[in-house]
Amino acid sequence: MGAYLPLFVALPLLAGFACLLLKRAAPRAAPWLSVASMLGLLALAAVAVARRDAGVTFAGGWGVSGWGGNGGADDVVFVVGIALVLDGLSRLFLLLVALVGTASAVYALRYLEPEAGRPLFHVLFNLLVAGMNGALLAGDLFNLYVFVEVASIASYGLVAYRTGGTEIEAAFKYLVLGTLASTAILVGVTVLYAATGYLNMADLGVAIAGGAVPRLPLLFAAALFLFGFGTKTAAMPFHAWLPDAHPSAPAPISAMLSGLLIKTLGIYALARVFFVVVGADEQVRLILTLLGCLSMWGGVLLAQAQDDLKRILAYHSVSQMGYVLIAFGVGTWLGVAAGLFHAVNHALFKSALFLSSGSLERLTGTRRLSEMGGIFRRAPATSVGLVGACLSIAGIPPFNGFWSKLLILIALVSAGQPVVALLAAGAALMTLVTFVKVQRKAVFGALPARLANAREVPAAMYLPVLALVVLCLLSGLLWPLGVDGVIGAAASSLRAGAGERPAASEYIESVHGRGSR
Amino acid sequence: MRSDRDGLSAIVQVVARWTLVMIVVYGLAVACFGHLTPGGGFAGGVALACGFVLATLAFGGGSGPAAALHRRVAALEASGALAFLGLAALGWTAGHFLQAWTPRGAAFTLVSAPFLVLINLAILLKVGAGLFAGFMVLVLFDRGLAPTGGGEGET
Repeated sequence: MGAYLPLFVALPLLAGFACLLLKRAAPRAAPWLSVASMLGLLALAAVAVARRDAGVTFAGGWGVSGWGGNGGADDVVFVVGIALVLDGLSRLFLLLVALVGTASAVYALRYLEPEAGRPLFHVLFNLLVAGMNGALLAGDLFNLYVFVEVASIASYGLVAYRTGGTEIEAAFKYLVLGTLASTAILVGVTVLYAATGYLNMADLGVAIAGGAVPRLPLLFAAALFLFGFGTKTAAMPFHAWLPDAHPSAPAPISAMLSGLLIKTLGIYALARVFFVVVGADEQVRLILTLLGCLSMWGGVLLAQAQDDLKRILAYHSVSQMGYVLIAFGVGTWLGVAAGLFHAVNHALFKSALFLSSGSLERLTGTRRLSEMGGIFRRAPATSVGLVGACLSIAGIPPFNGFWSKLLILIALVSAGQPVVALLAAGAALMTLVTFVKVQRKAVFGALPARLANAREVPAAMYLPVLALVVLCLLSGLLWPLGVDGVIGAAASSLRAGAGERPAASEYIESVHGRGSR
Repeated sequence: MRSDRDGLSAIVQVVARWTLVMIVVYGLAVACFGHLTPGGGFAGGVALACGFVLATLAFGGGSGPAAALHRRVAALEASGALAFLGLAALGWTAGHFLQAWTPRGAAFTLVSAPFLVLINLAILLKVGAGLFAGFMVLVLFDRGLAPTGGGEGET
């Protein structure tokens, strides 16, 4: 198994650089190359999830022979290469990246049509996907860092893509904070490497569980990771870049950034590093809960004051990541599973919302809610997509947002944290209020005179949104079927059960069980 | 005032023509012998990019030998990356992505590991063109910020 894993990184890289090479020969091929690479990734991820593949493969599995040996296969002492690890958690996120990536690439076909001759967008888009997939598969902390940087640098470029004053300012702010975060991550990796001599996450997890790292360096590394990956997640004290950066990017990229990037570089990496490597003891979980509560309420309150639709959505990304953090803070299997479920749901509905915001901007020529209104009759498909996504994020049954928020509440109450549960329920109510307002102002109400001739966006722009909304509905209705196979497998990969040391997780077993050859 | 299309004086251009050859050869050597001596594709690529920068400074960006390079820098960079991917993908024929699939030669010679030489050359192209593109972007950015359109020395 697993020989195909490098394809998850190689395929988008191939598409990205082919876009650049074909700039003159076939300038209109770039958008289609992006769609093709995303469809290929979707097929690969679907196969991985359906077969429940797990285990290790090496990019560059170079056998190191014994001294004086002939270098033949019989003489191999150990294998050197970049370990790529597939487990329940990375499968889930790979599928998510492919789903949202496909929707965004299809949306970009028509959305970016006026700029079809410029392949730069598609080069960066594919690099972003390659970086995220690489981070999901990396088996060691250093490659995790490298791929986090690849994806981050591509995203800085994409935020600045429109090259207006606001965009450059947002990208610069994002660049500075993002680089600080990456540096903190690198220093954290260095501390753990100096203390143990390992970079491999599974080996590190076992070594740290065995007490290989003294308490102070371990806390220092944990703090650096919390800051670094917390910034990538845009958790509340580290969120300042997100409300500028995400709205500045073109709509398909806002969808990728808010839907995927803060989860693959933030949530996934936090989960991996804290549950597998450093260990999520009570202190860490308390901090996660505090950060979560702060993000949940801070994001939702700051969103109330906004009039720009994309900024409202961006602040809600901060708020929704808060739910995932408090769920991780619970630390039980149910808590982790509920948090991951919510992260998946958020990826689906937030990317649908950002894509809708792009369509609305195209339809109405503005992002200000106060200048929109009554477009339901003019653009029914766009409106249905937006309303569906709003219902999902607001937590209206039977949409998926309701179930994951409910599961988080159940996990909180059953772990004896009723106060946090109350806070979460309150923030959910505030989210509902915001998105009722968004619907009321954007879709229903009176049509302003200047929009009397507004026309529905092309099908390639509303179909991806509708597809994501249908996925929201399906994952809301059918989630009990997928809990064991997909979400549960991801949670088990992090945590065999409440209170166990990280060394017991299935991730480490799958690396150590099949990795040595 | 000199237009930046002219490049620098004839003395500089003559010296640059000589040193340019040496810099490019040095970059290639650092890359090719990367598996035997300190260096490799990245270090060689940095040397190569310095050569490109020298060519631009000496001969100007608008015309001359550097101009052809300017038009193709993106394609060169993409070719380097695609060559790396292609070489790595051929590794599947030997079992793994990025596996050394070429036959081995005698130890401590250039062809002891032909795969590494090829990979290093691909990296040389990617890094050389990439760093040079970065240099050009900075130059363009500087011009964009200077509304007079001239260099800083003229104001």
